Amino acid sequence: MSAHGHAELSHEHSVGTTRLFSIVWVWLLLLTAVEVFLAYERLEVHLMITILVGLSLIKAALIMSYFMHLRFERLGLFLLLVPAMVFCICMMLIMFFPDSIRLMNLRPH
Amino acid sequence: MSEAEFEGIVESRWSGGASPFAINSKKLGMWLFIVSDSLTFSALLISYAYVRLETPNWPRPFEIWPAIAKSSFMTFVLLSSSLTMVLGVNAAFKGDRKKTVRYLIATIICGIAFVLIHATEWVTLFGEGVTPWGNPWGTPLFGGTFFGLTGLHMLHVTIGVAYLAIIAWGFGKGKYTAEHVEVSGLYWHFVDLVWMFIFPMVYLLSVNPK
Repeated sequence: MSAHGHAELSHEHSVGTTRLFSIVWVWLLLLTAVEVFLAYERLEVHLMITILVGLSLIKAALIMSYFMHLRFERLGLFLLLVPAMVFCICMMLIMFFPDSIRLMNLRPH
Repeated sequence: MSEAEFEGIVESRWSGGASPFAINSKKLGMWLFIVSDSLTFSALLISYAYVRLETPNWPRPFEIWPAIAKSSFMTFVLLSSSLTMVLGVNAAFKGDRKKTVRYLIATIICGIAFVLIHATEWVTLFGEGVTPWGNPWGTPLFGGTFFGLTGLHMLHVTIGVAYLAIIAWGFGKGKYTAEHVEVSGLYWHFVDLVWMFIFPMVYLLSVNPK
């Protein structure tokens, strides 16, 4: 993602090879298999949601970097898109989760 | 400005100026749309996660067989369609029109298969009495969030299939350039990416505990 390293390649479109994309595809399938296995094991729901969201974020990063070519674009495009998106999602989490945790603690045990 | 001059600006490799990201306007537009659409899905997923964690008696109706097996297969189909899409984009930039159209058709077939399998699942759930406003297991929000999330995603897949069909037809005729294929690919990968969150959050978190 370095601005200088890829500046020369920034308009080179055949950046990925069939082999590279197939490897990414296999990794995505493997991560999905891990998720299904965790569901089969029936972990406790809070642990489960943490692991699942973590694995899904890795998968999303793989799709965005390789399939959506963000890895091969200029650093500027990444900086334009991703921090703003992450910031907005964090704002949503700030709105939701303190309330959700408070309600969880209010629930009679 | 003539077409050639415009191309020159898109090709520019200096930082800043008329083309700071060295991409065409279609691609930048699609990226901005994807960011805004990802926030729509984030809002739905976060509100779903909120009610899911807050509700002690959340229904967990999905058996490993057939519901989870079926949705895992749908994930496989969608991931494979992303692979054929990215190979199609590569072929388009190499100027191989026939191969590109073939890859795009493979992607479209995967998309249609996804929608059809998903539709059979909806019909099964309707048969069990699950609707957007109620279900036999209590907590009507289950149906509301399930059909809201999967329905919006299915709408995106359906629109994506139509979009890819138009691009495949136009590219095969020589009407569209490789850039059009690449931009439609961005949209298709985004639809795949969203499913990578919906599948674990909606299906795997509601596996029957017994």
